[in-house]
Amino acid sequence: MIEIENVRKSFGNLEVIKGVSMNVARGEVVSVIGGSGSGKSTMLMCINGLEPIDSGRILVDGVEVHAKGTDLNKLRTNIGIVFQQWNAFPHLTVLENTTLALRKVLGKSRAEADEIAIKQLEHVGLGDKLKVYPSKLSGGQQQRMAIARALSMSPKYMLFDEVTSALDPQLVGEVLDTMRLLASEGMTMIVVTHEMAFAREVSNRVAFFKDGLIHEIGSPKQIFETPERPETAAFLKSVL
Amino acid sequence: MLGTSVTWGDITFMMTGAGLTLAITFWAMLGGTLAGVVFGLIRAQSPWYVNYSMGTVLDVLRSVPLLIQFILFNSFQSILGWGMNPFVVGCVVLAAYTSAFCTEIVRGGILAVPITTRRAARSLGMNYWQDMTYIVLPLGTRVMLPSWIGLTLGVMKDTALVYAIGVIELLRSSQIIITRKPHEALVILAIAGLIYFLVSFPVSRLGAHLEKKWREND
Repeated sequence: MIEIENVRKSFGNLEVIKGVSMNVARGEVVSVIGGSGSGKSTMLMCINGLEPIDSGRILVDGVEVHAKGTDLNKLRTNIGIVFQQWNAFPHLTVLENTTLALRKVLGKSRAEADEIAIKQLEHVGLGDKLKVYPSKLSGGQQQRMAIARALSMSPKYMLFDEVTSALDPQLVGEVLDTMRLLASEGMTMIVVTHEMAFAREVSNRVAFFKDGLIHEIGSPKQIFETPERPETAAFLKSVL
Repeated sequence: MLGTSVTWGDITFMMTGAGLTLAITFWAMLGGTLAGVVFGLIRAQSPWYVNYSMGTVLDVLRSVPLLIQFILFNSFQSILGWGMNPFVVGCVVLAAYTSAFCTEIVRGGILAVPITTRRAARSLGMNYWQDMTYIVLPLGTRVMLPSWIGLTLGVMKDTALVYAIGVIELLRSSQIIITRKPHEALVILAIAGLIYFLVSFPVSRLGAHLEKKWREND
């Protein structure tokens, strides 16, 4: 379970997260929607400790992420994250991209790592691209590779940070399909997204972020059909 | 030979000098590169006061003419009774000089790796050193290589200045022959130039080859 308790976070004088609290239970898919600059992506970075926080706390399976002495490297193997700019390692093949952390972080043998990675790459439909360098892949394929790379560590949680925002429209579908597949398999996911139809269809809950705060959180049906807050209604009106 | 009075003995003498040139280049590049990687890593992520003081020392090494550095260091070590031979002095001074340039090359290469790529590595549970070893240095090397090759070729020519502390490398050996056979100066200098070129050429080709190979994947 991920527990976010009254988290605040500033970059210099700019407070981007102003006291956010939210829980995500195992097996849940929570979509986070909201305008650009509302603090959604920063929130994700805080969950796996890529960004420090100013106050409040975040617990992942009871472990406080930002406490001194927390082994962040160990914690991160449980929390996969996929970024907007897929961030492939350009000097490594698709297979090497996917096996690197398996071998160096989890200490798997090359054969074991290859087996796991190939399974994950086939899962996202890249079984025929193992020896290819990322530069030869489309954006959608690179993004699916990034998903496979994160999944190969067998994380308990997956965080998605606007993973389709940088893709050509015709490539968005293949990535969303991959995420649907994951959700249907019971993966716990926090999905920051601008894909409203996806959020509505796949999520158990939807959270609306604005100005560093969660203004409303509820079932997709409630958020999209009967939003309680005027800010939510205004945002949905602007994007739908 | 070639209708000149330059003998095989002269050529052999020059080749011996060329061997020293190569040896000094090798040790200077090895020492300078290792130190440059360490200093570059430090400079790429240190607080400003560390950076500032390191930068000052490196600036001194970079801006004081090499000839002066050779003579000063050689005099100091002799005053302090370290008893280093001129060859070692040459290697040490040139390595320090090289390290100053290499530090900036390494720092630039590290900073050229996008923070987002490094975040992806860290997000997979890699620690700082794993990120450095498997992501940052391999990627940074592509940025560093052209400058590093240029540095190597430059250092090879800078070795000529060790004549000032009495090491007889390629250029000095050529000058010795010229002193004996002034009328053959052009031939001897042409031979020396050819030797420099023959040594440098493979290095620059190797650099070009690696660049091309890496570009194919990018």
